[in-house]
Amino acid sequence: MGLRVEVKKRIGDFCLDVRFQSEASRIGILGASGCGKSMTLKSIAGIESPDAGVIEVDGTVLYHSDRKVHVRPQKRNIGYLFQNYALFPTMTVAKNIEMGLKGTKQERTERVREMIGTFQLDGLANRLPGELSGGQQQRAALARIMAYEPEVILLDEPFSALDLFLKDRLQQEMMELLSDYHGIVVMVSHSRDEIYRFSEELVIMDQGRVVTAGRTKDIFMNPKKKEAARLTGCKNLTRVRRLDAHHIEALDWGVELEIGREIPVETSWAGFRAHEFIPVWGERRKNCIRVCLAGMAELPFEKNFYLRPEHGAENICWFLQKDKWRMLEEKGLPDYLQFQEEQILLLEE
Amino acid sequence: METIWGILEELDWSPLWISLKTGVTATIISFFLGIYAARRVMKAAPKKKAFIDGLLTLPMVLPPTVAGFFLLLLFSRRRPLGIFLYEKLDLKVVQTWLGCVIAATVIAFPLMYRNARAAFEQVDVNLIYAGRTLGMSELKIFWRVVVPTAGPGVTSGTILTFARALGEYGATSMLAGNIPGRTGTISQKIAMVIQDGDYLTAGVWVAVVIVIAFVVIAAMNLAAGRKMKTVKRW
Repeated sequence: MGLRVEVKKRIGDFCLDVRFQSEASRIGILGASGCGKSMTLKSIAGIESPDAGVIEVDGTVLYHSDRKVHVRPQKRNIGYLFQNYALFPTMTVAKNIEMGLKGTKQERTERVREMIGTFQLDGLANRLPGELSGGQQQRAALARIMAYEPEVILLDEPFSALDLFLKDRLQQEMMELLSDYHGIVVMVSHSRDEIYRFSEELVIMDQGRVVTAGRTKDIFMNPKKKEAARLTGCKNLTRVRRLDAHHIEALDWGVELEIGREIPVETSWAGFRAHEFIPVWGERRKNCIRVCLAGMAELPFEKNFYLRPEHGAENICWFLQKDKWRMLEEKGLPDYLQFQEEQILLLEE
Repeated sequence: METIWGILEELDWSPLWISLKTGVTATIISFFLGIYAARRVMKAAPKKKAFIDGLLTLPMVLPPTVAGFFLLLLFSRRRPLGIFLYEKLDLKVVQTWLGCVIAATVIAFPLMYRNARAAFEQVDVNLIYAGRTLGMSELKIFWRVVVPTAGPGVTSGTILTFARALGEYGATSMLAGNIPGRTGTISQKIAMVIQDGDYLTAGVWVAVVIVIAFVVIAAMNLAAGRKMKTVKRW
């Protein structure tokens, strides 16, 4: 098991230079739009040709620029789920699934029938893709891929075209459909929730490069890099000056923070997730920041406060779950927000 | 009225058959050549693309008589190609039905090529990528995915090509001439009888042409509407 990717490609001013290696069978690639994650995925599938690099799946070399190996996408045995599913519009669902199959007519028909059953497409076999709902199209596209049993399945932003309420259901559905699949699945997304839910290992990309890679839960807990913190959804980031092994000055918030664990020398940024603040009324406590309200947004299950620190330039976001709103109604806005020191993310540029 | 019936009874229908035969043959040739050219040009490098595209479109833009002039130069039996075709393959182009077909094909081909290319360029590139990852050969992707997806455009291109080939006059008259029963097409027949002042016979042929034109337009609209039920339009 394993995927090794080293891809260099220049497109105009944009320079893609990714390298990562993973033994996991569920790999996520997280990055903002235009960071090159789709290009990376297309290079793995062989649809795009890198300028240089190496691509290996389970020890099989699919691409090696120095050794002049470039296996055609047809021969790579990789499945690619496109963002818009790319079902052939003039073919029925059954025909679509059959396209990737080899063997006699009878074998193919049998396999198609099997896939139709597994992917709950009963009764839709003779429909055209345009007559299906978004979710059905996704299942048909996945069935078309799974039918020929590829070694790797690549999912390119699989949920971005769907309505919010469908998304959650389809994510669950896809997890179930993929649970029996023993190959490698790589999912590309800009949504941290999707990635967190799906992947064992995570690669975070920014501007064509890998920012960090590792176990998903570890990265979310300790992103290490500023960009990684931002992409995993950390709303509050500040430049910091390391004062000593246990003190930093958060420059953008105008506050000094004391941290029990040792602060790495390379620390140049700090982050704090918007849900983790403790509101404090009255007496100032350790690692507290005095704030005043700059703006607020009310969401169905959450209130987002945008707060201006007393001595800082950057606003701080504080997200409060619905069940805690009562607290505010009784006591008003807190005088201070407290940073829980173990939740402070110490980051490098 | 009686004169019209008289004319119809005595009418030599050969121009209709010659025109239809020429039109169908030229369309079939243009269909495959046009699709092939469209595919090749799409894949070519930009500069080469512009040049070849210009060259292939030229017959549509030039006056047909100019195209006819070049064809005559090319196929004349005093010129290398003409000599080669006659001596090695026993093929005569000038003043023959083959000349009709070649003239009509050259003039009508750009319509097929341009329509096919425009339609292919509209095809979602992800469909082609998907075909590749599914292990389909490039040829299979082209004929099973690209051409059907570009179906309405390809069909209307084919029908326009047929219409243009059917009505070809200028280049045909120069290359194939107007030999009744052999190269005399409807268009040439009309021109000829008008010169003789026989407006009634001309009128009959005009009516035939109009009927064909309506059938063609109806077929085109049907083709454009087919398989498009999935897309809502205004």
